[in-house]
Amino acid sequence: MKLIEEGRGELIQPPDVEAFREWNRTQKTRRLVDKVMDEHEAVRRFVTDGCYIGTELYGTVRAPMSLAREVVRQKPKNLRVSGQGVLELDLWLAAGLVEALDITYIGLEVYGVSSALRREVESGRVKRVTDWSNAALSWRLKAASMGVPFLPIRSMMGTDTLKVSAAKVVEDPFTGIKVCLVPAMILDVSLIHVHRCDKYGNAQVDGISGFAFEIARASKRLILSTEEIVDTEVIRQQPDRTIIPYYLVDAVVHAPFGSHPGEMVYDYARDEQEIRAWIKASETAEAAQNYLQKFVYDLPDHQAYLEMIGEARLAELRRKAESHR
Amino acid sequence: MSTATTEYSANEIMVCIAARLMKDGTTAFIGTGIPMLAASLAQRLYTPNLITVFEFGGVGPIMEELPMAVGESRSFHRGLAASGICDTMETAQRGFIDYGFLGGAQIDAYGNLNTTVIGKYYPPKVRLPGSGGGNDVGSLCWQTIAIMRHDVRRFVPKCDFLTTPGYLDGPGAREAAGLPRGSGPLNVVSTLALLGYDRQHTYRMTLEAVYPGVSVEQVVQNTGFELIIPEQVPTLDPPTAEELHTLRQEIDPDRLYI
Repeated sequence: MKLIEEGRGELIQPPDVEAFREWNRTQKTRRLVDKVMDEHEAVRRFVTDGCYIGTELYGTVRAPMSLAREVVRQKPKNLRVSGQGVLELDLWLAAGLVEALDITYIGLEVYGVSSALRREVESGRVKRVTDWSNAALSWRLKAASMGVPFLPIRSMMGTDTLKVSAAKVVEDPFTGIKVCLVPAMILDVSLIHVHRCDKYGNAQVDGISGFAFEIARASKRLILSTEEIVDTEVIRQQPDRTIIPYYLVDAVVHAPFGSHPGEMVYDYARDEQEIRAWIKASETAEAAQNYLQKFVYDLPDHQAYLEMIGEARLAELRRKAESHR
Repeated sequence: MSTATTEYSANEIMVCIAARLMKDGTTAFIGTGIPMLAASLAQRLYTPNLITVFEFGGVGPIMEELPMAVGESRSFHRGLAASGICDTMETAQRGFIDYGFLGGAQIDAYGNLNTTVIGKYYPPKVRLPGSGGGNDVGSLCWQTIAIMRHDVRRFVPKCDFLTTPGYLDGPGAREAAGLPRGSGPLNVVSTLALLGYDRQHTYRMTLEAVYPGVSVEQVVQNTGFELIIPEQVPTLDPPTAEELHTLRQEIDPDRLYI
């Protein structure tokens, strides 16, 4: 296969599909064991210093926000982050946890550019940055989920996005056209928030599936947070709804309103007021620290966070989601 | 189009012009902001069978309320399918998505866009969010429409960083780079004018029409590169009362964008 062009970006975690197979053979049990634990234990056990970590879906939509806050509370050092995110990665950036970024998009959508991202990258505190497109990142996860070292894709070519990435352009040996090869992204750990799962980790999501299917299969360790822990019989009644089977999962954390201030389709709506509170606070390093103090460091866990937000507000968000149906 | 009115904002006329570009019975990849408003307006007034596709999986929603994020529930409210990002991007890669909407901090004469950095790559003067789906939309949709505020800081001779491909550096460049044959930019809807591309010869940006009250000279002064200006430059109809009413009363009553 003829190599035509190579991105000069650093491949932050080179994929090793043989080691990944070996890992899946030796480190992932096939037994149906109860994996329910609290967020403190799940993060302590699986989110380690320097780990290569991803989250799904993102920021304001089915986001593992309760787990993201627990990560901030435990302060793992030098995280290498697979960067598709809004509020969750913003919190980690503001807390100074991020050493390297494989980034496609970190921003605040309608609210614009992320101040935390700007501060951390422009100052050089995030030491390594490699850019990709959104599809490229998703397809990198897909390659890992397939157990292959790369996938050919047709975007990124001709641009600086390719030049600063770690992708390569080659001539396809079958058709002769140029294709861009993106390397598999095998994560040390990922965090996914779901609507429901059983104690073993058989999980279902409602609505769009984002990249849950791919990232779950691309990760050596997987922490699920879930709105509801259901009996396995509920899963068995509709096995076609299971997007993540139990053997991929290492921890199940019960987290009602786990996506707050983001939404959970059909369950509760976005909390615009609390989203804006973070966006305002994130504008300066000092205000961001005050926010983290109040909403994360000073609280022992997610339950305390929900108590601070208050039942009335949470009930209102449920009513709002009901009216959207 | 019915009675004209003179009172409207820059965002409102961009939404109306973009809505009039949509075609019924086509598919369009939609991002956050102005494209959502334009698609919603087009669906209500002009193109009831426009199928919108949102990158995280929403296909064919009925946008009764504006989504605030490309993955949120309103992006697949009463939709035809709720899928995932690999599926929507692969659908574009297979040639199923007719139009894609883009935005950026900078655009050049070939429609290349920058949403990554201002200044050098690392560490940058300003770190912007990154490509997101922009590069993929610009690579894989058949035709793209960029929506941009029109000034010399944004319409630049050369982007600081080429995030999303337009026509790269001219005729044949996309195909030579390996991008799908026959794809590329169609229009730019700016705050001053509707622009297109000279797809016969140079593939550079052309002035297609100005908005009411905007002169050709004003467009030239706000563009940091040489535009192709035809002898006759028509003036577009202003937003109609019906368009403005629909936009203000039904689509964005909370005035989040307009």
